[in-house]
Amino acid sequence: MQLVVNILVLASIYALIACGYVLIYRVSRVLNLAHGELMMLGAYLLVATASGLSNSPVAALLLALALSLVVGGMVYLFLMRRMTGEMVLAAVLTTVALGILLRGLILLIWSASPRHPRDMLGWENPVFTLPGDARISLYAGLLIVSTVVVYGALFLFLRFGRWGMRMRAAGQNPLLAAQRGIRLHAVFALAWGLSTFTGATAGMLIALDSGLDSTMVMIGLKAFPAALVGGLDSLAGALIGALIIAAAEVGVIRFIDPLLADVVPFLVLIVMLVVRPWGLFGTREELDRV
Amino acid sequence: MSKPLPAASGHFRRSYADEFRLIETRFARIWATVFTLCLLAFPFLASPFYVDLATQVFLTSIGALALMLLTGIAGQISLGHAGLIAAGAFTAGILFKEFSLPFWVTVPAAAVTGALLGLIFGLPSLRLRGLYLAVSTFALHFVVVYLGGEYETRRGFSTGILVDPPKIFGWEIYAPRTWYLVLLAAAGIALLVCINLMRARSGRAWRAIHSNETVAEALGIGIARYKLLAFVISSSMTAVAGALFAYYRGFVSIEAFSMYLTIQYVAMIIIGGMGSLLGAILGATFVTLFPYLIEGLMSALPGADRLAGSVFAVNYAAFGIVMILFLVFEPQGLVGIWRRLRDYFQLWPFRYRPVGTKS
Repeated sequence: MQLVVNILVLASIYALIACGYVLIYRVSRVLNLAHGELMMLGAYLLVATASGLSNSPVAALLLALALSLVVGGMVYLFLMRRMTGEMVLAAVLTTVALGILLRGLILLIWSASPRHPRDMLGWENPVFTLPGDARISLYAGLLIVSTVVVYGALFLFLRFGRWGMRMRAAGQNPLLAAQRGIRLHAVFALAWGLSTFTGATAGMLIALDSGLDSTMVMIGLKAFPAALVGGLDSLAGALIGALIIAAAEVGVIRFIDPLLADVVPFLVLIVMLVVRPWGLFGTREELDRV
Repeated sequence: MSKPLPAASGHFRRSYADEFRLIETRFARIWATVFTLCLLAFPFLASPFYVDLATQVFLTSIGALALMLLTGIAGQISLGHAGLIAAGAFTAGILFKEFSLPFWVTVPAAAVTGALLGLIFGLPSLRLRGLYLAVSTFALHFVVVYLGGEYETRRGFSTGILVDPPKIFGWEIYAPRTWYLVLLAAAGIALLVCINLMRARSGRAWRAIHSNETVAEALGIGIARYKLLAFVISSSMTAVAGALFAYYRGFVSIEAFSMYLTIQYVAMIIIGGMGSLLGAILGATFVTLFPYLIEGLMSALPGADRLAGSVFAVNYAAFGIVMILFLVFEPQGLVGIWRRLRDYFQLWPFRYRPVGTKS
């Protein structure tokens, strides 16, 4: 039972992060390799607001979330906008460079010592015992809940929202979308903002659950196979992919060798690339468009 | 390909032998000689610190040239370069530690390991293109690094493997000057191999594949064969660079081969200028010297003392900024800047090259 809970928690972490990869890829065909760093930045934003607004923790959390949305939009407006129309590789490498820059800045501002935003906000992290003798901490539970909420909201937004529809249109055919009066830059900026927002949500919840230091980037990287296994342009795929990766990882840690934990997602990724490169739910034509 | 004639020299090729010459004009010959002599004299004139820097540049140049062949020329994106360097270093380290084999065996063995890994890294390229290929090499990087780490922990070398200085003809290579000359020779050989690969059928095939795969195939180029060839050659060169790195440092540890190393190598070929061997060397020089440059700047600037404890972080941030600046404002890299400068002086008082000539 504990195993199932562990898988679910890890899967929701991966799913919450992976939807950021999917959003940006689906809208602008750019693979954002700085997602791990952006997510870490979100968590550090919480540290910053928590030290500023320590008497009103909820406001600190909300402010940090809002800031992360803004940061994501800024990244597009000031950096990635220049890369639209360039080679896809150049855009991807720009995100890599952005990742390094962010990592350096985070180290400069907050230093490498671990932080505990939960203590700063003065919140508890009680552990609940579920039927079947499984244990889950409050924030791990919140992770699962927020994954469900975020995916539900994203689904509704993309399906019925005006801007969501514009985002889908821009992803399907940017030229045609622009011709119909959709402001591509605004749509792309929104996609970057949302993606950073969801990533930061995951980052903050992980930081609240178990503290924060620069190793969080690795979690972001490991979520990437989840997005690709499900299909880089499919949100539903990211959910399934996250479940598969999490199940594989938890299973391997439990039954084979804990040292393998950091490699398993990538092994699954390689298998997927060999068997079905476009992922479980991805569109096949995507491969040629890269 | 037909080589462009040396610029504005009145030089013509009159025989096949002329076509094959590496250095065509007297001007070029004189400068090449002077440059080589300078390189040879350098270790006897400069302080050990600068000799060490130059040696590092040669070492990274080999890896950068290899990546340039693969990514800049054949157009196959690889994000697994650190994994290949690690594979070379570990092959040398393990063969030395477990079987105490000499330098002459371990380095070729590293080349063979690299070639085999290149085959594995390259297989996905037959099905995948662009981003997806990059992702598959990215994933393989983690697998190689895991295997290296596993070996370290299983054998109890968790802090790393110590490698003794190599012996060549009974000579122990230990002094910085000897290392300088050995690695200069190695980098020179690597450069010659690359130049000749570029001039031959393989270079033409790679560039054709880079430009347009479908057309290349229609022209009768064996796509699969040449892609794999690019991966195999590039990887085995990289692995040799890794083995040399192991001997030079005298120490192999998996910590040294993080994702950041791969990014540095990719940065080298971007900053240097895609598709140019000169670019690979310029980029390798720039990226190797960059941390020292930053350190020098920080000690020179007033008020930077309070950042002294975080040189590492400043390095990271500055490196990211430089990479972004090059990607956004100078996609041609250092080679692009060099070409513009050269054209300016060569063409003066005119601005543009005659139609149909390439710089």
